This record gives sequence, C-alpha cells and structure tokens, in this order.
Amino acid sequence: MRIEVLAGPWLGRLSLSALPTDSPVAAGAALVAVLGALGVAGYITAKGRWGYLWREWFTSVDHKRIGIMYVVLALVMLARAVIEALVMRLQQADAINQSGFISAEHFGQLFSTHGSIMIFFMAMPFLTGVINYVMPLQIGARDVSFPVLNSISLMLTAAGAALVMISLVLAPFSTGGWSGYAPFTELRFSPGVGVDYWIWAVTLSSIGSTLTGINFAVTIYKKRAPGMHLFRMPLFCWTALCTSILMIFAMPALTVATALLALDRYLGMHFFTSGGGGNMMVYANLFWLFGHPEVYIVVLPSFGVFSELFSTFSAKKLYGYTSLVLATMTIAVLSFTVWLHHFFTMGQSAHINAAFGIATMLIGIPTGVKVYDWILTMFRGRVRFTTPLLWGLAFLVTFVIGGLSGILLAIPPVDFLVHNTTFLVAHFHNMLIPGTLFGMIAAYQFWFPKAFGFRLEERWGRVAFGCWVTGFYLAFMPLYVLGLEGMPRRSAEVFDEAFRPWLLLAAGGAVLIVLGMAALVLQLAMSIRHRDRNRVTVGDPWDGRSLEWSTSSPPPEYNFAEVPEVEGRDAFWTMKRSGRAYPALDRYAPILLPENSAIGPWLGVLGLATAFGLVWRIGWMAGLGTAGALFAVIGWSFVRRSGRTVGERQVERTETRWHAALVAAVPVSREHECDPRNRGLADVAA
Amino acid sequence: MSVGSTTGKRRHPGLNLHESDAHPSDGEVMFGFWVFMMSDAVLFALLFAVYASLGVNTAGGPGPHDVFELGPAAMETLLLLLSSFTFGIASLAMKYRRGMALLQGMLALTLLLGLGFLGLEVHDFATLQGKGALPQVSAFLSAFYALVPTHFLHVSLGCVWIVVMMVQLRMSGLDRTTRTRLLRLGLFWHFLDIVWVMIFSFVFLRGML
Ligand SMILES: [Cu+2]
Repeated sequence: MRIEVLAGPWLGRLSLSALPTDSPVAAGAALVAVLGALGVAGYITAKGRWGYLWREWFTSVDHKRIGIMYVVLALVMLARAVIEALVMRLQQADAINQSGFISAEHFGQLFSTHGSIMIFFMAMPFLTGVINYVMPLQIGARDVSFPVLNSISLMLTAAGAALVMISLVLAPFSTGGWSGYAPFTELRFSPGVGVDYWIWAVTLSSIGSTLTGINFAVTIYKKRAPGMHLFRMPLFCWTALCTSILMIFAMPALTVATALLALDRYLGMHFFTSGGGGNMMVYANLFWLFGHPEVYIVVLPSFGVFSELFSTFSAKKLYGYTSLVLATMTIAVLSFTVWLHHFFTMGQSAHINAAFGIATMLIGIPTGVKVYDWILTMFRGRVRFTTPLLWGLAFLVTFVIGGLSGILLAIPPVDFLVHNTTFLVAHFHNMLIPGTLFGMIAAYQFWFPKAFGFRLEERWGRVAFGCWVTGFYLAFMPLYVLGLEGMPRRSAEVFDEAFRPWLLLAAGGAVLIVLGMAALVLQLAMSIRHRDRNRVTVGDPWDGRSLEWSTSSPPPEYNFAEVPEVEGRDAFWTMKRSGRAYPALDRYAPILLPENSAIGPWLGVLGLATAFGLVWRIGWMAGLGTAGALFAVIGWSFVRRSGRTVGERQVERTETRWHAALVAAVPVSREHECDPRNRGLADVAA
Repeated sequence: MSVGSTTGKRRHPGLNLHESDAHPSDGEVMFGFWVFMMSDAVLFALLFAVYASLGVNTAGGPGPHDVFELGPAAMETLLLLLSSFTFGIASLAMKYRRGMALLQGMLALTLLLGLGFLGLEVHDFATLQGKGALPQVSAFLSAFYALVPTHFLHVSLGCVWIVVMMVQLRMSGLDRTTRTRLLRLGLFWHFLDIVWVMIFSFVFLRGML
C-alpha cells in the first residue's frame, strides 16, 4: 500500500532534473516558451504598460474585455497545439521502421498536451470568449449577470493554461492522452508528475467552465431586453444557452473523475486500480458522461455562429428558426444518452451496445435538420462570399463528411473493426475542426470589426482559409485510409512501408495548416497596420440583423445608452428597415456599471500556486494557495461595492461623437462592403 | 422575466423576503444560486453512483456490516434535521422582522448543531480507522470516503459561512446584501440536510439491512 503525502523537502519533488535536457526537441520547445514569455514581459515593461494592463484588462469585469482576453488565450494555446500536431505528423512520416526524431515518451506527451489543450484551453476559452463578447450585446444587456464571477472563471482557466505551459519547461506532462484513462494514469503505471499536471490543469479549467455555464444561463434567462422573448433571441444565444446548460450538468462528471483519480494517486485509494476492488470502467463512464456532452459544448456555439453568418451574408432571415432551436435542444438532451459509444469494445453486452448505437445515430437527425435549414437560408438569398461565409461553406461540406463517418462508427460491429485506429482520429478531427475551430475562426472574422472598430484584411483571410481547408483535407483524409488499413493511433513508430505515402500526404497537410495559422497572424498584423482604411466606427459593416450591430464599433463600455425595446426576431434589421435604427436621444441617463475587481486575478494566482504545489508535492505552497483563496473570498465578501456610475455628461459625449460619425458616413451597399468605402453604415435600400 | 411592468411595486417570485419591493437583481442572484446547487447536486449524484457501483467491492476487507454503526449516524441525522429547523426559525425571524437577537441566536444555534454534527462525524471516522477501515483498504471504503467527507466538507464550509454571516449581520444589519445572502445560506444548509438524509438511507440504512 503506497500513500503519497505532501511532505519532503521545501521544493517537494522538484529539482533541476525536471528541466527537459535529455531531448533536444523538448529543450528547444522549452527554450522558445521561456524566451517568448520573457520577451512579452520585457516588451510590456519597456513600454511601461503593466499598470495599464492591470487596471484596464486584468481587473476588468466588462464582459467585452473578458471575452477578448479569453480569445487571446485561446489563440496562444491554439498556436502551441497546432505546432505539436505538426511535430507528431512529421514524426510518424519519419518513423517508418525506425525510431524517428523524438522518443516514444515525448510522443506520448505530445498527443496528451495536444488533445488537452485543444479541448480545454483552445476550444473552451474560444467559445466562452465569443459568447462573452457577443451574447450580452445580442440580448440587449449591459453585462452578464455576475461580472466578477466572469473574471474569476477567466482567471481560473488561464491558471490551468499556465500550468500546461509550465509543464513544457518543468517537464514532463502526462502521457495518458486527453482522456487520462485509468489504470494507465494510476501511480503504478505513471509514477511521475505528468498525470498530476493534467489532473490539476483540467480541474482548474473545469471549475472555471462550470461557473461560466451558470453565469451565461442566468444572464440569458434574466437579462434580456424588454420584448426579447426567448423565441426572439438570435440563434447564437440559443446555442449559448444550451451549451451553458450542458456545462452546468456535464462538467461535474469531469470534476468527479479527476478528483477520484487524484485520490487514487495521492492517497492510495482504489477507485480505478486493478487491485483492491477498483474498476477502471467507472472512470470510463464518468469521463465520457462528461466527454460526450463536451463534444456538443464545443460544437453548439459554432452552430450558432454559422446560423448568424448564413442569414447575414444571404441577407435573408434564418430559414426554419423554430426547427433550429428545437434541433439544438434535442441535441443537447441526446448528448447525455450516448456516452457509452466510447467503449463499445470494453465488454458490455451486445444489447447495451445496440441501444447506445441507435441513440448515437439519432443525433444525426436534428443535425441533418440544421444542415438543411442552413442550406435553405442561402437558397435564393443574395449570398456574399466574404471570408466568414467561406468558413461556413467549408464547414457545411466537411462536417457532413465527418458526420457520415460518425454514423459508421455508431454501428458497434464496425467500431470493433476500426477502434483505436487512425480512423477514429480522422473522424473526430473531421467533426471538431470544421464544427468548432472553423466556427470560432469565422466568429473571430465576423465580430472582429465589432470589437476593434476595423475590418480584417479580406485577402489574407482568404489565404488563411485556403491553407486551412486544403491542409485539413490533406492531413485527415489519409488517416481514414490508414485507419481502414489498420494503423493504430497514438503510436510513435510505424511498421508498414505501405503507409508511407499516406503519412507523407498527412504531414504535408499539417504543414499547410501551420501556414494557415501563419496567414491568420499576418492577416492580423496587416489589418492593424492598415486599420485606418478599414475603419467601421459606425458599427454595422455587414448589414447585421441582431442588436450587437446597433452600437458603435467598438461598443461603449455600457453597451447601450438606452436599453432597446425589441419587437421581433432580427431586431436590428427590422429597426433599420422601418427607419427606427440609431434613435437620437434627447436626454441621457447616468449608467451604473460594476467596479473593477482584483479578486479574479488573485484567485487565478492562488489557484495556480495550489495546483503547482500539488503537482510537485510542495505541501506549504498548496496549503497557502488554498487557504489564501478561502480568505480572499471571505475578505471579498466584506467589501461593499456600490458600482461605478458613468455620468450622463460622459454618456452624452460618447453618444454625440458616435452620432456625428453616423451622420458623416455614406451608406454603403452590400456589393462594396469589403472596400474602404464601408464605414459601417449599411445602405438599407440595397 | 426580469423586467415586467415598471409601474407599481412588484412581488418577486421565489424571493421569500416578505417585501413587495425586492430589487430585480435579487432574483437574479437567487436564481444563480439555485443553478449552482443543481450543479452541486449532480456532483453528489455521481458520487452516489460511484458508491453504488463500487460499494460491493470489499476486496476481502471489512464490509458495511462490519464497520457502520446506526446509532451515531441516527444521532447525526437528528442534529442536522434540528439545525435545519433552527435555520428555518432564523429565516422566519428575518421575514417577519422579529429582531436581530432572535435571528443571531438561531444562527448561533444552527452553527452549534452543525459543529456538533461535524464533531460526531470526526468521531465516526476515528472509530472506522480503529477498526482498520481505511480508505486504502478497498474500493468500497474508497467510495465511502469520497462521498461522506465531501458532504463533511460542504457542512464545514457552511459553518464558516454562518460565522461570516453573523459577523456581517452585526456590521451592517439586515440590508439587501445580507438578506439575500441569508436566503442563499438557507438554501445551501437545507440542501446539505437533504443530501445527508440520502446518505443516511442509502449508505447507512441500506448497508445495515
Ligand atoms: Cu461520443
């Protein structure tokens, strides 16, 4: 019986041997991470911007700023995870009947961090950021229901991401994959700190996500503008609501799974061990009870984004609004009934497999409804092929292919044939890349002008799109073939010469995807440089339909000088058509906003300290972190906050400036929305 | 819906404040707490499920019959039920404005009962250790030690919250913040009572039968 206690020397198990000196690739990555962090910190110090960042961003509780910080975090983590994917593809293409350029151990860490980052620190922050920015504006609210809680959620997620970044330097990370399957992740088989990194990083982010789900759900129920009935909400808000509900009910399963695994590892308990009566199937059930709804947590917001895109860029109302809402809710409910398809091959009876196989296939029905609704939204519309819409079209085609391979996998006998092969890798990347990533990138392209007041360069956006989509097909279609030919997933070496051409093709695809990433960075850089010619201060560059487009770009911190009255779906569109958009108020009222708060960043730091202490068995650090967090929350509850009032004079000044820009702007028809003439005032007659 | 008619004072559904002019954001805070508790209830439900599936795996170690004692568990149930009752009186004292003394007194009594519950449980855990029933012995005991101490931890946090609440009531009396906080604390406390009753029936009673 082995019991790990939090004792030992001052630094627990931490010593210089934690530095990844044995592998040149890992050491290089660590060096890049350290230099990058130092570079950013140095730049901020040189510019003297720490105070500004602290006051205006880190302690901000404005949902728009929090949303932007979430997206920045997601993009940074995306860059790391994409590069890791490239390294893995190159390794497999290289390691045919030879060991390749990285060790099996390192390869295990790569697919574990890649998966964990993509789900917990790329997809989740990205969609949380987009919802944070857009949803309150769309429902006509001034903020989310619990702005400080929002900041706390962000900082906990950031702390989890920081822990994963630290594991790059103070290695190693887990080799147990993003799902951390026991008993492999038990102490007996993974004695190092890697799994502990995974456990605490995931736990921090899942607490953040649970709180986020609560916050969004309450916001949508309670903070809608007058007249914004549930069935008048933009579809994006519906998907945000369903995602939030999934977060509230699914995240606890992950928390329980990681907590019990931690009890096994730290206190020698027997939940998932092979001895002592433990049962690893309990882990599999708990994990996928979270894991399958998680798939829809990350996909549904994209469905919402695409719904907005297709109707905006087709200048038509969304086809089948009610059916889309019902399909979204159906998917949310069904997502809880299928988790067992993740272990068809683990020994349950054929009856159970059949039941869960059928349940899985049922999800295809509401998803199919959505696809037809989107197609019919474009049908006979005046479709404009802007960059965001291109991503939408790529999504439609690619997602259907992925869905069909999913129907195959939902047939248990087929699953027996291809499980644990690259067919699976191909399938879930085929769902999640178009279904989540394309949606989030499209959201970024679509709402960027809203958030920053200027459009992104269209040309570089198209280059990025071309690289990503071609790269995607090259990188993942070969994996279907390889899977059918029996190539196992997660293997550092390959032993069949016949796989070589397919692996080279896949590696080429990965290179293209990295180029796509680079193009996105270039697009951002070029857009910032040429921001003056792309200004859309008036706020409505795409002839938008929902309320977020009715404000200036970027919107004032209070969102709306006067909370709008809503009379139907497509609220802003109808206002424009009936000449009631941009009402000039003759009197402005002061607006009460929440004050900035340092509790969020503090809890982030204390959470990170606790997690780091737990990983390296540094008892005092973990103890101080936990106690500090408890006292911080108690102390914070004693602070009486009255909020901060934006006076009517200031509101008037801001609004007057915007209305002046509004009067000066020339309305631009849809044919010219991508050229410098577009200042964000749509020509309604066109 | 948060914004109803703006004329006249309105009663807020779900807010037991006996006030017709509850602020709209009070309802928002209460609703948020309800949602949080749903999430917490899922957490407990999963721990129950783990106990249900692993509770039979004693791995040659002691089983429920060997380690559980109904007497202390029944006593703990009684204490917690009583504490819910005293908290109920505290809530009524707030609602009908029966003075701070009664309110604080009832909160203090609730705290004492809660602490008594915690003390008895610590004693229980010690007895189990004495019998060699450590969490490392078997999956059954691991599952037991995951479920019951999680509830223990919740009650401990509840006790800390009561102390904080009593201090804040002293400092600022019954204003909007303390009122809704007291309501939320009440929800939390009764919720823990319900979870305990389930633990008592599902773990102790069923284990002894
Ligand atoms: Cu699934």
